[in-house]
Amino acid sequence: MSKQRIVIVGNGMVGHKFIDNVLNGESRDQYQLVTFSEEPRQAYDRVHLTEYFAGRSADDLLMAPVGYYEENGVEIHIDEKIVDIDLNAKEVISASGLRVAYDKLILATGSYPFVPPIPGHDKEHCLVYRTIEDLEAIKASAKDATSGVVVGGGLLGLEAAKALHDLEIQAHVVQFSDRLMDVQLDVGGGAMLKHKIEALGVQVHCSKNTINIADGENARYRMEFADGEVLETDMILFSAGIRPQDELAKKVGLELGPRGGITVNNQCQTSNEDIYAIGECALWNGQIFGLVAPGYQMAQVAHDHIVTTGETENVFTGADMSTKLKLMGVDVASIGDALGRTPGSHSYTYVDEPAEIYKRIVVSEDKSKLLGAVLVGEAEDYGTLLQYALNGIDLPEHPDSLILPSRDGAAPAGLGPDALPDTAQICSCYDVTKGDICCSVQNGAQTIGELKDATKAATGCGGCAALVTQVMNSELENLGVEVNTDICEHFPHTRQELFHIIKVEKIKTFYELLEKHGTGHGCDICKPTVGSILASVWNEHVMDSDIHPLQDTNDYYMANLQKDGTYSIVPRMAGGEVTPEKLIVLGQVAKDYNLYTKVTGGQRIDLFGARAEELPEIWRRLVDAGFETGHAYGKSLRTVKSCVGSTWCRYGVDDSAGLAVELENRYKGLRSPHKIKFGVSGCTRECAEAQGKDIGIIATESGWNLYVCGNGGMKPRHADLIASDLDKETLIQYIDRVLMFYVRTADRLQRTSVWFDNLEGGLDYLKSVVIDDKLDICGDLEADMQHVVDTYECEWKKAIDNPEKLKRFRHFVNSPEKDSNVVFVETRGQIRPATEEEKKIPVAEVV
Amino acid sequence: MSDNWIEICKLEDIVPDTGVCALVNEKQVALFRTRNDDLFAIDNLDPFSNANVLSRGIVGSLGEKLVVASPIYKQHFCLETGTCLEDDDVKLSVYKVKAEGNSVAIQA
Repeated sequence: MSKQRIVIVGNGMVGHKFIDNVLNGESRDQYQLVTFSEEPRQAYDRVHLTEYFAGRSADDLLMAPVGYYEENGVEIHIDEKIVDIDLNAKEVISASGLRVAYDKLILATGSYPFVPPIPGHDKEHCLVYRTIEDLEAIKASAKDATSGVVVGGGLLGLEAAKALHDLEIQAHVVQFSDRLMDVQLDVGGGAMLKHKIEALGVQVHCSKNTINIADGENARYRMEFADGEVLETDMILFSAGIRPQDELAKKVGLELGPRGGITVNNQCQTSNEDIYAIGECALWNGQIFGLVAPGYQMAQVAHDHIVTTGETENVFTGADMSTKLKLMGVDVASIGDALGRTPGSHSYTYVDEPAEIYKRIVVSEDKSKLLGAVLVGEAEDYGTLLQYALNGIDLPEHPDSLILPSRDGAAPAGLGPDALPDTAQICSCYDVTKGDICCSVQNGAQTIGELKDATKAATGCGGCAALVTQVMNSELENLGVEVNTDICEHFPHTRQELFHIIKVEKIKTFYELLEKHGTGHGCDICKPTVGSILASVWNEHVMDSDIHPLQDTNDYYMANLQKDGTYSIVPRMAGGEVTPEKLIVLGQVAKDYNLYTKVTGGQRIDLFGARAEELPEIWRRLVDAGFETGHAYGKSLRTVKSCVGSTWCRYGVDDSAGLAVELENRYKGLRSPHKIKFGVSGCTRECAEAQGKDIGIIATESGWNLYVCGNGGMKPRHADLIASDLDKETLIQYIDRVLMFYVRTADRLQRTSVWFDNLEGGLDYLKSVVIDDKLDICGDLEADMQHVVDTYECEWKKAIDNPEKLKRFRHFVNSPEKDSNVVFVETRGQIRPATEEEKKIPVAEVV
Repeated sequence: MSDNWIEICKLEDIVPDTGVCALVNEKQVALFRTRNDDLFAIDNLDPFSNANVLSRGIVGSLGEKLVVASPIYKQHFCLETGTCLEDDDVKLSVYKVKAEGNSVAIQA
């Protein structure tokens, strides 16, 4: 059977989702996919478009990496607009004249911003906010601007205002109606939002009808309003709503709605049964859905309908338009009938003026069901309220308890996960239900990280993370699974608990801890863990007799054990800098001891093949030359990788190498749950690959951007931007806090990336702890870090001055002989360990 | 096995809860001292990696057994019997060891 060809017109988020559905489906081999994009790049994440201004590049925003389509056999035409469809021949025709036949056609053409026909709306600096090209135009226009106006105070308008604010120009929002976000918020909620946003420096003008855009006197333009007032501004962004992109459908006579939009049925088919429309261009039951989640649902419905040739039961039945988001740091949420339009409905309102919190719930006439809600300033109740509304769960006797703060230690009036039906949608980004989560738990997922891998729940906006965790824990409990988080059989505690015990009880040795809180003799799990905690807290020398037996061989010998029992040596080269004199010493030592020499990924030099007994003499020479230990053997700070920065580079905007050296010298010696790597880049070209590091720093025109919890290695993870444009002092303060918080709370051998993925509440939570100091621990975290910094000493420098301790490096306690089992052969001019076969050849022939 | 005891080292040459490697009749022996000054000796050759490293492993207990963990691939060996806990088929030689006064000796 030959393949059916599906042509997808429009490569936005929804078009991409459709392709992804086919590629991940069982029948992918039966279809050939061709997609067209009128934009000059493949599908990107429009929802997070503002992050383009906060330092994310266009490539970061891509929905799939470059090459993804090609690798999966999808034909993609970029910058190629479809201008016509030949319905009889079943062919699409592109602007350049390309004709491609289809069996099924998917229209995912999206929408375009509505620009009200105000005289002057087409002036040079009147722009819209929809595509990356729009953002580039805004950036260019903002260069010589000091003020900017966004016309439209809806969700997108406020995001656009944030973009202007980020570009450091005075932002105004001009709103036609009497309040911000009038579709989602009631009068009280809108007023609170206005108050909060104005406090952030954005001016809001409500009930303003713009009638003309004239040339300005003190700025580029002057906006004239119906009430006679005027506002001068250098640029104008229109964000007055979207209109479905239905031009193509209209041209070929597909049925449209009276105010536009391609009419579709419950299967997402248009008036031509071989043509489907999905996303913002589609009109279902007289409604356009301007959110991504309903678009994704439509993509799934159309996919299922095609691959089952109409047998599927999956139909589109509308979508919940509830939303929760953070606008300029302000939590805003709206659920269901937020405006209380249902006849007979009642509402409850809670206002905390000092804390700037507004909450309102709308309930049914008999006060038994939740119909809608508005939350501004605090949206922690969103998940619970949404479940009440979506699943028709009976409200408690006093519905206002759902929004009143819990005081005097009373349990919050939350909704137990057991009350939810299996069909309850927990994660709306990925449409994960309670049933899906329970199923994954039954199949073995026991941590939030495993659950994210299995279901994708909480990996989109992350707003459902707390609820997902509750559902998971409840299901584990129902299954009778006792999740044993004890570190090992010797301690009935997690690493975090042990850390706390050691710190609070001021315990200085493993044996004291074992006596008070453990059993047995310890093992190779708990000993190094406790050794690491003791080092993080007290920072005493690793070879002290009480601590030395706890160390893995790497920390014991302060070198990296290799497969043949020899060790490798990595001296510190902060920031990857090394003087020629020191480089010569390193070369001479490597030559004298016949060590295999290799440059590491962390911008330093690794010398392999040293016998344990050679380590002290080698380090004597390295210390004499001014080298310090590089801690390559420890679960500790490894390197701060850097580019050369503004000192030499033509493009550098700040001194990344200088900062890298300073940071490496500050944090060297910090023992942690796992190794820690930093990167510092001097500009957005990111040559130091900082976003793949535990701590990544990128220079901007006005300071440093701080990224956290990235990883290369086994499971790469892009670091998350936690703060922008920091001065050096604040940057170091935040790094102190993030690192110490990680050191305190992570599991053993848990990299920051995994720690972050398991952090309930994700990035927002981490920000609230290390930036807003919600737990009131930042002072402690900084003091703990300062202790580590102040007590640093080079472990090797201290060791080589102590002959008693150096005895521990002998191979034989009773003989000066060497281990005859260590045998090298030569490859590419350097040594390498001999294989077992090579060892059998007489020595004379090997060497 | 003879009654020939070979003096290896002083007790204080072994940090409590760690091991050292001794050369006994051209053979490498890993010699351990516990916190209670009990002494144990097994082969130093780790059969899984073929490297002479067991004396450098972490000493501890699993259940009732005193064990050392190989520093290379982390298998555990019982200090009293030489048996590998992860693989019953692997058993190391054990050696008699004693402390007389301050002097540690192994039976060759």
